[in-house]
Amino acid sequence: MSIGIWCAVTPWSSHSAESIPPIFSISPPASSTPLAPLGRSGITFASPDIRQLQADNFANPGMLWVTRGETIWRTPSGVKGQACASCHQDAQQSMQGVSARYPRLDTGRGTILNIEGQINRCRQEQQATTPWVYESADLLAMTAYLNYQSRGMPIAVTIDTDNRTQWERGKAIFHRRQGQMNLACVHCHEQLVGRKLLTDTLSEGHGNAYPIYRLEWQTVGSLQRRLRSCFNGVRAAIPDYGAEELLALELYLGWRSSGLTVEAPGVRR
Amino acid sequence: MLARIQVPSQARRGEVMTIRISIQHAMETGYRLDDFGRAYPKNVIHTLSCHYGGKEVFRAEMGSGIAANPYFEFYVLADQSGELRFEWQDDSGVGGAERATVQVVT
Repeated sequence: MSIGIWCAVTPWSSHSAESIPPIFSISPPASSTPLAPLGRSGITFASPDIRQLQADNFANPGMLWVTRGETIWRTPSGVKGQACASCHQDAQQSMQGVSARYPRLDTGRGTILNIEGQINRCRQEQQATTPWVYESADLLAMTAYLNYQSRGMPIAVTIDTDNRTQWERGKAIFHRRQGQMNLACVHCHEQLVGRKLLTDTLSEGHGNAYPIYRLEWQTVGSLQRRLRSCFNGVRAAIPDYGAEELLALELYLGWRSSGLTVEAPGVRR
Repeated sequence: MLARIQVPSQARRGEVMTIRISIQHAMETGYRLDDFGRAYPKNVIHTLSCHYGGKEVFRAEMGSGIAANPYFEFYVLADQSGELRFEWQDDSGVGGAERATVQVVT
């Protein structure tokens, strides 16, 4: 069989995204402040035992990271000997609802700051110490602790004229076919929601429970770890942790899950 | 080693108390290989025990089959005010301990 014939019968070359009926579709926003479509949290697709594990504040293994984050919050770090608590005092009050507004645009530098980026910004500028690397135990613990302070509060990522460009970029990535599988995020997480991918039920792809404890990982992981494994799943080039591409996608996802409540630390299979 | 325990602060005499403990540990099975095909050495929490008023009331011996961050729930009959003491140790010799006091009222 020649290459030409093989190409001619390749299913995805003739298969348009529009041929699958959408579960819900996002129309291009007319105003400068697009409204997010309210969706279903990923936990509603999980099995009863996983739902129970997430809801149990003791058995939820992610709570170990929250507990660890609480210790780090009070522990001085860096040459100035400053702890997070030195400036922000009691996180239960000062951090309530904060991470629900992330990722946000850092207007000074024109880049997107997710919660991990904000933590490291604080470490470098306020505590004068080294930033934590992605997926390090400390960064995951602090992220879990901060996001836990917003638990039950609605995600509120708004799009305005300043962050609009980044949002457009994230939206384009979400709808862009890529990798050997030639799939976009939108195919699984909007058009095939509720169907099976191997043994898992496809969710709408909301990040409202991150960082999550994934039984497959046997540990807590960040939203970027999950996004990277989706890139791997469609056999696309995997962006580095903290890459602009992932940050723009995180902003789009944050906007897209606005209105859903924060569930961190989540549990997934 | 980080652990969380849940013990009722007060119980009636003769009441069955629910005790819960969860320990942060990777529970390395010994079967996982690195990029060069060498096995990561097995490192699991092999023993966990709980003493209540100096008497052992619970003991678990674990191996490669136990998932990371082990979580246990067990039941203890409240018969005296006193301390519950948890101790555990892993294969690398690192261990941990937690304690909680329960007050038994009649």
